[in-house]
Amino acid sequence: MVISVKNTVHAVFFLILDFVSAAALFILIGAEFIGMMLLIVYVGAVAVLFLFVVMMLEGNFKNIKQGFLQYLPFGFFLGSVVLLELIIVVGSWRYKTDFITTSEIRYDKNITNTEQIGQLLYTDYFLPFQLSGIILLVAMIGAILLTYNKRSNMKRQMVLKQIIREREESVDLIEVDSRKGVKIND
Amino acid sequence: MIEVGLSHYLFLGAIIFTIGVFGIFVNRKNVIVILMSIELILLSVNINLIAFSVYLQNIIGQIFTLFILTVAASEAAIGLAILVVFFRNKETIEVEEISEMKG
Repeated sequence: MVISVKNTVHAVFFLILDFVSAAALFILIGAEFIGMMLLIVYVGAVAVLFLFVVMMLEGNFKNIKQGFLQYLPFGFFLGSVVLLELIIVVGSWRYKTDFITTSEIRYDKNITNTEQIGQLLYTDYFLPFQLSGIILLVAMIGAILLTYNKRSNMKRQMVLKQIIREREESVDLIEVDSRKGVKIND
Repeated sequence: MIEVGLSHYLFLGAIIFTIGVFGIFVNRKNVIVILMSIELILLSVNINLIAFSVYLQNIIGQIFTLFILTVAASEAAIGLAILVVFFRNKETIEVEEISEMKG
């Protein structure tokens, strides 16, 4: 639905529906913190961002489905190939029981999901956590810098030009004769 | 009443991944839809990670899901910013029109 609906705004709404269902599945399976994070980050921020951009750029979307049928067979072929591969891989995989023993950090059933994530995230994974913060900072600065448009007709205070101004170039001492007046040529 | 297990989550992830890839290849008109397809693919990766994390009783998968979430959010923001700048310059966001580089 996200990719096949004609209106882009509807596609964004279907994307929101998709993320909400995924968050509900995460909460059901026992990963409450990630589910809530998905709700906050995607439905709260990313989907609203998409909606803003879609509504801002909306204009000539009349011929949006022009090349849809042209690429449909190729896309369908590729999608079916990928789906078949994934189903073969997942379906033929026996769940090895000795795979479980390789995990060293287990669930502790006495503490909550959020507490577990916090205890691991702020100790062992502290450096990647900080790095993700830096990634977010870079993304924020980059987005602001990209969409920031300089206006050329805007009057600004030029601090450097004010500071380096000298006395000689701005002040003229004129000897004024009596009853002659001053002739200013500029 | 069937019990929902690991394989159901894996199949859901596979289907969502396929829809994302399909969306990237089919859509030739709108870059925003391609960005949304990328978001779908990342969501399917997250579903796989969460399913295995719960199945193996290992919390690390959820932590990596957090990191993927972060990267996906920043990627969406940067992509949309680039799209806005491009639309301001070219007045179009169609994929076939974006072929400035001749080579």
